Amino acid sequence: MLSIKNLRASVEGKEILKGINLEIKAGEVHAIMGPNGSGKSTLANILAGKSDYEVLEGEVTFLGQNLLELSPEIRSRSGLFLSFQYPVEIPGVPMVNFLKASVNEHRKFKGLDPLTAGEFLKLMRAKKDMLHLDTELTNRSVNEGFSGGEKKKNEIFQMAMLEPKLAILDETDSGLDIDALRVVAEGVNALKTTENATIVVTHYQRLLDYIVPDFVHVLYKGRIVKSGGKELAFELEEKGYDWIKNGEN
Amino acid sequence: MSIISEKISQTDQLASLFEQSREKLNQGSSPILNRMREVSFKRFAQAGIPDFKNEDYKYTNLKPAFEKSYRQELLRESGLINLNEVFKCNIPQLDTHLVFLVNGWFYSGNNPGAELPNGVVLGGLEQIANDKPELLQNYLNRQAGLSNDPFVALNTAFVKDGFFLFVPKGVVIEKPIQIINLLSSDENLMATQRNLVIAEAASQVKLLICDHTLTSASFLFNTVSEFFVGEDALVDVYTIQNHHNQSTSINSAFYKQERNSNLVTGTVSLHGGLIRNNLKVTFNGEHAEANVNGISFTDKKQHVDNFTVIEHSSPNCLSNQVYKNILDDESTGAFAGRIHVARDAQQTVAFQRNNNVLLSDKAKMQTKPQLIIDADDVKCSHGATVGQIDEEALFFLRARGIGENDARMMLMNAFAHEVILKISIEPLRERIDELIEKRLNGEISRCHDCNYQCNC
Ligand SMILES: Nc1ncnc2c1ncn2[C@@H]1O[C@H](COP(=O)(O)OP(=O)(O)OP(=O)(O)O)[C@@H](O)[C@H]1O
Ligand SMILES: [Mg+2]
Repeated sequence: MLSIKNLRASVEGKEILKGINLEIKAGEVHAIMGPNGSGKSTLANILAGKSDYEVLEGEVTFLGQNLLELSPEIRSRSGLFLSFQYPVEIPGVPMVNFLKASVNEHRKFKGLDPLTAGEFLKLMRAKKDMLHLDTELTNRSVNEGFSGGEKKKNEIFQMAMLEPKLAILDETDSGLDIDALRVVAEGVNALKTTENATIVVTHYQRLLDYIVPDFVHVLYKGRIVKSGGKELAFELEEKGYDWIKNGEN
Repeated sequence: MSIISEKISQTDQLASLFEQSREKLNQGSSPILNRMREVSFKRFAQAGIPDFKNEDYKYTNLKPAFEKSYRQELLRESGLINLNEVFKCNIPQLDTHLVFLVNGWFYSGNNPGAELPNGVVLGGLEQIANDKPELLQNYLNRQAGLSNDPFVALNTAFVKDGFFLFVPKGVVIEKPIQIINLLSSDENLMATQRNLVIAEAASQVKLLICDHTLTSASFLFNTVSEFFVGEDALVDVYTIQNHHNQSTSINSAFYKQERNSNLVTGTVSLHGGLIRNNLKVTFNGEHAEANVNGISFTDKKQHVDNFTVIEHSSPNCLSNQVYKNILDDESTGAFAGRIHVARDAQQTVAFQRNNNVLLSDKAKMQTKPQLIIDADDVKCSHGATVGQIDEEALFFLRARGIGENDARMMLMNAFAHEVILKISIEPLRERIDELIEKRLNGEISRCHDCNYQCNC
């Protein structure tokens, strides 16, 4: 589904990603862990099409297309979803308008008719129930005045509305309380099929109890320095990153 | 040297026009209009067309507009405009009491009277000044006459017609009154329009004023409006300005508010070559409130300048101003807001905010708040921002599949929305939302480019 080959990227002249290689197949869950500043969000943002970064080298193929050539909106419509580490507040853009535009753009791309107002509200209600999302939140502007946890929940709510093929969850767990974490994880699992894949960026093994990864990768200074099964997450939880850092030296 | 000679020549040209036209100016006009002319013209001639040395006109140069030659309609002309045709254009089709003015003249086909509550007078200034001068005499020029603005003086010198509205004590006019100001001429035209609105104590009225150009000639539109808002009265005034790029529009609005009165204004500058809006509110009694709002959209070489003055002359009054501008291409904008709190105007609350979005590198915005506070127990604040569209928000929307243009539109609508929300006529709010969307899509300017065939 996603194939990253020797991806090097810089921001403001500073090289952040120094040759990433990653293969993700349908049905898989990959966890990416790593110390602060190692480049996890940079990777996620580049995949989603953020233009602040300069790609120096490498190739990214998503569902057979050259991902790096596509605009962010086409990436999204093609089935790529990024749950932002820091979701932005957009005062004055009502959640409902935004979501409707988003869902209908995705439908248009697939050659489907836009949802009627009734259908849309029904879909929205179902997904809100699934994630125990406070109804009042969708009456507000996008993320405006949302708590940290509510913003994260809102990201997963959008994911549920769009049902992406590849979801990249950038620290979706941080800021969520224990109950919310469980609900969000259950939501992510409920959306899981053999057709789609998930990249979970996290610092905590806890989330991986709920969303069980097939692979765990450690990103350190812009490189994947270690990959393994879910047991690698336990090891990291126990020992921290030093042994990997040292091992690299 | 050349600047001086220019000033002389422009002012001189108007002076000789004034001399030559004296007879026409006075013809058919009430003495209460005619007796203001000489002294007003003198005041104008002394000041001349302002240049950047005039602090109040620092950011708006009106000299080029006055360099063109214009004809004036000093006597009523029976134009052959089919107003129903016009009405199909972008004008909101609301349920209103509707009147038209053409080139500053109150259209003879207007007939709003029948449906208005008893005692309400809505008509042409020329006619009312002739027929019922007693209605005007305590009000006419009582605010404008105190102004130092040369264009206000010029307007008073050349005044012929405009609209007049009188709402008697306690009368509530449910439906908005819609005034459509049309400019239509084959040759370049300078139009002068003078409006007077008297809302007596405890009356309520909502006005919607729409400015349009109908032909591609250059226009110089100079309007002065005086509003008297009585005790406990509620007055809303919404203005939608939609002129083509060869037009210059100078609008001076004066509001005098008595005790407990409430005023809401909204100035939506959708389109126009050069727009200068002067707005002054004077609190003449305690516990009055004014919400003064404006939003403008400019592109190409357009220029919009909002110049506001809030005179807190009485204690315990509240003013709240929100002005926003969205500027594209090489367009320019200015906002200057002066708040003056008089010495005894304690417990004044005065807020002012000016937020601007520049959509291109070449667009420019000048913003200048000015607080003059002579009382000690007051709550005043002002703030201004000039920024670009929020790139983070734009990326977020795109990353959810919304195309770049649509995403930009959403963000600009969101930016404008705060001002639109202040409009208390709900269907109007929706119409304005639509107009803004059209404007941002470039449809309104296309309409102008096609020379106002209005079916586009
Ligand atoms: N727009 C930017 N301008 C300058 N530096 C940037 C920018 N974006 C990222 N960086 C830098 O790139 C490095 C990697 O940042 P990134 O956000 O990818 O880290 P991360 O692994 O997600 O960290 P965290 O765990 O703290 O979220 C950091 O040193 C960061 O300061
Ligand atoms: Mg990060």
